[in-house]
Amino acid sequence: MAPGQEAAVRAQVIVEAPVARAFAVFTEGIGTWFPPEYNILAVPIAERVFEPHVGGRVYDRGVDGSQCQWGRVLVYEPPQRVVISWDISPRWQIETDLAKTSEVEVRFIAETPNRTRVELEHRRLERHGEGWEHMRDAVSGEGGWPGALLKFAERLSRP
Amino acid sequence: MQAASHRGEGWTALADPTRRAIFESLADRPQAVGEIADKLPVSRPAVSQHLKVLKDAGLVVGRRAGNRCIYEVDVHGIDALRSYLDRFWNRALTTYKYAVEQMEDPE
Repeated sequence: MAPGQEAAVRAQVIVEAPVARAFAVFTEGIGTWFPPEYNILAVPIAERVFEPHVGGRVYDRGVDGSQCQWGRVLVYEPPQRVVISWDISPRWQIETDLAKTSEVEVRFIAETPNRTRVELEHRRLERHGEGWEHMRDAVSGEGGWPGALLKFAERLSRP
Repeated sequence: MQAASHRGEGWTALADPTRRAIFESLADRPQAVGEIADKLPVSRPAVSQHLKVLKDAGLVVGRRAGNRCIYEVDVHGIDALRSYLDRFWNRALTTYKYAVEQMEDPE
């Protein structure tokens, strides 16, 4: 990645469905399609919940009642657009420092009454990496961020 | 989660505590399999298996040094993260398309 370039990935898909249904399945129906094996909980997932409003939580509820919130609804504009945060660290754990989270924007474009183009952008990925670099300066010694990862961050930040 | 499901997928490869320990140890300095196994409560074959997953995920690379293989972290890790997420979303959207189109009309 060139310096200063924003780290993002983009994907899109065409679905044979009206825009309102495409939006509803992506958001409140997230449990029907989000890969079930991506699970931070220690137990199987009973339910994936998307709270349909700005400030809503995106979380998994385990079969034992435990919860894992891994996203926040930042923009909610049915049926055109939704943005959620991605509060998952590169170590596949919940990221509690919101400065180190990325975001996923999804746009729903009605091509015909029964066909919708869904465009997804997962962006600001560099914030996960910036976190590593900031931590390098912020902590030292045991009990802090693992020294090894700091070294990894140093190496990543070298040209 | 099973090891097999992590193959080629950077973030989930680090979900396993042993693999994370190996990764962090390698970030400290490049090492051979035996050196890693000496420090962790894991057998050499197990270390090799974990290294294979980390390699497939693009997080570490191996290079030959005589008759040994020295492993180190892949400094292009952020690229690995991107390609991992790229694959992740393409796959998720395929499942999503299926879910949307399977749903029956309300009437």
